[in-house]
Amino acid sequence: MKHWILGLFLLTSVSGVWASGPGVHLDAAPVDVSNTASLQRGAKFFVNYCLTCHSAEHARFIRVAQDLGLSTELVEKYLIFTDAKIRDHMKTTMLASDATEWFGSAPPDLTLIARAKGADYLYTYLRSFYLDDTRPFGVNNRVLHNASMPHVLWRLQGWQKPVYKESEEGKHEIEALELVEGSGLLTPEAYDRVVADLVNFMVYLSEPAQLERKKIGIWVLLYLIVLGVLAYLLKKEYWKDVH
Amino acid sequence: MGRMMTGLLEWVDARFPLTKLWREHLSEYYAPKNFNFWYFFGSLALLVLVIQIVTGIFLTMHYKPDAEKAFASVEYIMRDVDWGWLIRYMHSTGASSFFIVVYLHMFRGLIYGSFKTPRELIWLFGMVIYVALMAEAFMGYLLPWGQMSYWGAQVIVNLFGAIPGFGQDLAIWIRGDYVVSDATLNRFFALHVIAVPLVLVFLVIGHIMALHEVGSNNPDGVEIKKKKDAKGIPLDGIPFHPYYTVKDIVGVVVFLFIFSLVVFYAPEMGGYFLEHANFEPANPLKTPEHIAPVWYFTPFYTVLRAVPNPFGGVIAMGLAIVALFLLPWIDRHPIKSWRYRSALHRANLLIFAAVFVVLGYLGTKPATPVLGEMALRFSEMYFTFFFVLWFSSRPRSPRSGWTWTVVLLGVITLYDLSRIGAGNAGLILGAWLLPAAYIALMFLGPQFAPALAKDGEVPERVTT
Repeated sequence: MKHWILGLFLLTSVSGVWASGPGVHLDAAPVDVSNTASLQRGAKFFVNYCLTCHSAEHARFIRVAQDLGLSTELVEKYLIFTDAKIRDHMKTTMLASDATEWFGSAPPDLTLIARAKGADYLYTYLRSFYLDDTRPFGVNNRVLHNASMPHVLWRLQGWQKPVYKESEEGKHEIEALELVEGSGLLTPEAYDRVVADLVNFMVYLSEPAQLERKKIGIWVLLYLIVLGVLAYLLKKEYWKDVH
Repeated sequence: MGRMMTGLLEWVDARFPLTKLWREHLSEYYAPKNFNFWYFFGSLALLVLVIQIVTGIFLTMHYKPDAEKAFASVEYIMRDVDWGWLIRYMHSTGASSFFIVVYLHMFRGLIYGSFKTPRELIWLFGMVIYVALMAEAFMGYLLPWGQMSYWGAQVIVNLFGAIPGFGQDLAIWIRGDYVVSDATLNRFFALHVIAVPLVLVFLVIGHIMALHEVGSNNPDGVEIKKKKDAKGIPLDGIPFHPYYTVKDIVGVVVFLFIFSLVVFYAPEMGGYFLEHANFEPANPLKTPEHIAPVWYFTPFYTVLRAVPNPFGGVIAMGLAIVALFLLPWIDRHPIKSWRYRSALHRANLLIFAAVFVVLGYLGTKPATPVLGEMALRFSEMYFTFFFVLWFSSRPRSPRSGWTWTVVLLGVITLYDLSRIGAGNAGLILGAWLLPAAYIALMFLGPQFAPALAKDGEVPERVTT
């Protein structure tokens, strides 16, 4: 009997209404993976700010070096902070057990995060931290409510305070976020550019083949056009005698 | 050189029917000369089958069917294997292409009556291929071991669990575990790479043998074998090779162009070919916000969700597929092609195609009250289609038209009365108009606008 109820639950829960996506509007991320300079800056921010806690366990340093036009020496010197070798995967040194203890859950792997969540989501998320005393690290996030991640980029951005509005039901809702003057090193525009570079890099990282496939694709298509014309002429020639 | 080749061919022919097969299936297989656009999809389906098998073999060389390693091995293919990304995208795009091509191929059969006497077995072979293809695609989708792989499999296997009595045991037998796990992944891998493909290849051979036995239908639905010349060659037939081989090559190139556009520029196809959530590794402890099967299953998934009772939903989904198997015995009208059938029949087929597309769209969306209501209404229209096909198979009396209108609308309305309430009355009544209008048009149309129900004159020979 119990299996049956469990089965019912699984079936009906699937057909039921699920809470969908983030409630806030996502800003469009200015992604351009052909901008190598942006990818290089993004890689720098990524290893400095993200890789300490997160891994990119499917990506290798050497591939990043090759695709971003960086020498292996440069990558070994400035992008690898652990004892990892150039051919190794980009892994964090933080232990998953420690992470669970410190943050409640292990930080997700970032190799494919841009493909799973979308660039706009990441771009908005990294710009949506706000001060919230009730959270363990003093910050909450508008995109991912009660995110367990601290605001790693706060030195650059500074702190944002929520601006509330009175909604119809009398509940407080966040209307906007307001920057605390002088709390960060960068202007809001400069911070947005940092996040844009970072997101750009993560988009690249989620599918390094995209640089190559877009270049090859055009040749494949051109070849098929030529082949198509020839095939059509051949067909026409053969079909002359069909009436 | 020429004499040596002839000698070799004679040597082979004395031991294997090579020339005989070549003649029977290509150079002396006479196909109607009036094939149009719709006739490309048979050869294209064969092409996609070859693409899937060849790319599949290469993927198997690098993929690891292990719950711990599967996800990473796919990323290894995408990053570290030379041209791995191309092979993988060809395979994933190939899967969706297969269904697009097969759906168009089936619709061709529907509009030109290719399933009718004497081609019932071709249709049945084709339907079994279609079901095998669904099984193949479903099991293949588990292999990347992403969130949608995992939860999609969980949901589909649970459908078997909804069968009363032995359902739960059956579901456990299929999974090899109480939940989708490493055991499930291993057996799905075995079934995906050898069992089902083997069955598919044999079914395709059977499909083509049955086709070549009776000969191809054509857009006019005229049997070309009825008019032959002195040598016994159909007057309107042309040898498949070289005429249709060179023509199909054009179709192949156009198809490959579109295929390459997707592979090189939109491999995810906006989340329809590769779902976003599948770039997250499977996590048995975290149910995704919204589970949607891949697009090619969604029409049937919508039918499933339209019925509130799980077992009822499974039955409805099963019937939606079974009804397609029975088409040759539902539509008994002597005229094959829609070209010479009534305007109502043509409208009925177009409405069915639209209903199928809408059902597919609804299956990708979360079931909100409005979309849920639409799912029910379009499911009702899906099933009504088969009644209409049967009804319009021969002239019917006005009384019969009224009877069917009352019966079908009665069933639909009675069900509505059982679920109506203050909150949903407007929605139910408004949506009720959809099936009501469809039923009224198809069952009462013939008596109020006879011109719409009038069939045309079938020509003696094919038109060019």
